[in-house]
Amino acid sequence: MILYILCFILFLVGLFGAITRRNVIKIVLGICIMEYSLNLLLILIGYMEDGVSPIVVKGGESNFVDPLPQAMVITVIVIGLATTAMLLAIAIRLYKKHGTFDIRQIKNLKG
Amino acid sequence: MKEWIPLFVVLPLAGAFIIPVAGSVWKSTGRVVTPLLMLFLTVFSLLFFSFKPQVMVYYVGGWEPIDGIPVGIHFVVDGLSVLMLAIINVIAFAASFYSLSYMHRFTGDRYFYTLFCLMVAGMNGVVITGDLFNLFVFLEIAVISSYALVAFGIEKAELEASFKYQVLGGVASLLILLGIAVIYWQTQTLNLADISVVLQEAGNHKTLVFVQMLFIAGFGLKAAMIPFHAWLPDAHPSAPAPISAMLSGVLIKAVGVYSIMRLFFNMFAISYEISMLIVIIGTVSMVGGVFLAIGQWDFKRLLAYHSISQMGYVVVGIGMGMVILSVNGDQRIATLAITGGLFHMVNHAIFKSLLFLNSGALEYRTGTRMLREMGGVADQMPITSASTLSASMAISGIPPFNGFFSKLLIIIAAVAGGFYLIAVLAVVVSFITLASFMKAHRYAFSGIPKFKGKNMLKEVPFTMGLSMVFLASMCLGLSLLVIPFLRDLVLAPAVDALMNMLHYSQHIHGYTL
Repeated sequence: MILYILCFILFLVGLFGAITRRNVIKIVLGICIMEYSLNLLLILIGYMEDGVSPIVVKGGESNFVDPLPQAMVITVIVIGLATTAMLLAIAIRLYKKHGTFDIRQIKNLKG
Repeated sequence: MKEWIPLFVVLPLAGAFIIPVAGSVWKSTGRVVTPLLMLFLTVFSLLFFSFKPQVMVYYVGGWEPIDGIPVGIHFVVDGLSVLMLAIINVIAFAASFYSLSYMHRFTGDRYFYTLFCLMVAGMNGVVITGDLFNLFVFLEIAVISSYALVAFGIEKAELEASFKYQVLGGVASLLILLGIAVIYWQTQTLNLADISVVLQEAGNHKTLVFVQMLFIAGFGLKAAMIPFHAWLPDAHPSAPAPISAMLSGVLIKAVGVYSIMRLFFNMFAISYEISMLIVIIGTVSMVGGVFLAIGQWDFKRLLAYHSISQMGYVVVGIGMGMVILSVNGDQRIATLAITGGLFHMVNHAIFKSLLFLNSGALEYRTGTRMLREMGGVADQMPITSASTLSASMAISGIPPFNGFFSKLLIIIAAVAGGFYLIAVLAVVVSFITLASFMKAHRYAFSGIPKFKGKNMLKEVPFTMGLSMVFLASMCLGLSLLVIPFLRDLVLAPAVDALMNMLHYSQHIHGYTL
């Protein structure tokens, strides 16, 4: 159980970082940490005590770990790649326009 | 017919692949392919209205259920999906046709059409998928392409708005993913119908409340309901006008409100507390959005705040239906409330897209979005002026237009269901909406012309004008949906899909209580 709770704490650490940091890059890192904590959680959900990798062989073991969360994690990693690439591309453009990564100096719009 | 369901995703995805590849040889590929594709999808989605009572299931990759346990991904088209598909593809067609002239000012328009097709593919996917994780994947396809489209102008404001949108959107996606992970943990399945069956057998579980909160926060962020609305007034105005129309018109509905409806009606069992929470969020959005809107002088920003307010109406309508269903109240009132909510969603898609296209037309000719810098445009741009007027009347609920009837349904349902405060607020908000659009007309369209002589304005190019006229005529035409025959054809299957909550899982899973 403690592992699951640590995963959730890692998620909260990422959320805290994404919300409170002032540096554009650190915000991106916060979001990445959230994503990785979820990947870890998904893998843990599929884990079984003494499980082996889920490859079916005739007459082999049947105590498999759940393969579906692993497939999900691969998809999430790919999506995370797209999100991070997009965020960093925008961050680079922001730096070129403003010459700083500090969001207090970038803030023109107010929602 | 069900063999053709994947075309809704496959065709725009194929378009998104072909446009940049073939675009390097023949520059106009995107301009030719995208509107034709969207026209085809529009006709195709409207065709589905003719098979109304069925729920159609397509097994992706031919993975049929084994012993009633779904193993692959299902695409499910029922009444609600058909309604959403029709909205998405109609607006996408109008917006892509409009972009033919509008996007001339931007460089690299083939990337624009690529991203546009991707966004449509993502939204169509969200609407037709019957698998929770697949829903997340399509949602990410739709929103990541919308992040890029918001930043398409690459000026300071666009970049900042896009960054803000991405950070909040990213957090929302991860909250949704956390919810999905916990659901999978509890039920060991990802199929919506299967989850619903497992949850019914397992009874009420405490972790479900946690998951429901995560989904409300996540999808609420995507739908820009009021505590989560901060990104919308920046992101929607910063995008090019046809994209603003898509974002406000369909994206917040397809990935936000549709997902909330689908998950809370057809997957979870409705509980009174959650339904009340949804009603409260809707009411706060409805009232807060309009008060934030009335002080705006930037036309697109004003429209963006009105989006929050009008989506509040939709959520209030749906939420009231949920509350009545959860306490086993009068079915007819619940039906009325949900019909009102869905009808307003259709109408909002039409008139808000039209208003954003109008704002784009004004910006195209006058070069500004600030209402005070315009003036006397009405005589010089008659088509824009007339279509803006009809959309403004629709959004403020003036009788012959569609907005009136949907608001009326919501207000009648609120009175009949005993939500008197909501009924009063809905009327008041409607008046304030009218006031803020009268302000827009007073400053932008009437008054002393500011553009004279050499600066005299011309009417917008043909394709932009035609899209606006098309949507403006739909503003009038959709009010016909209150006629019982048409209502039964278009709205009733969608309402049934939500009202008979268990029907969805029974049909797909073959499970009977």
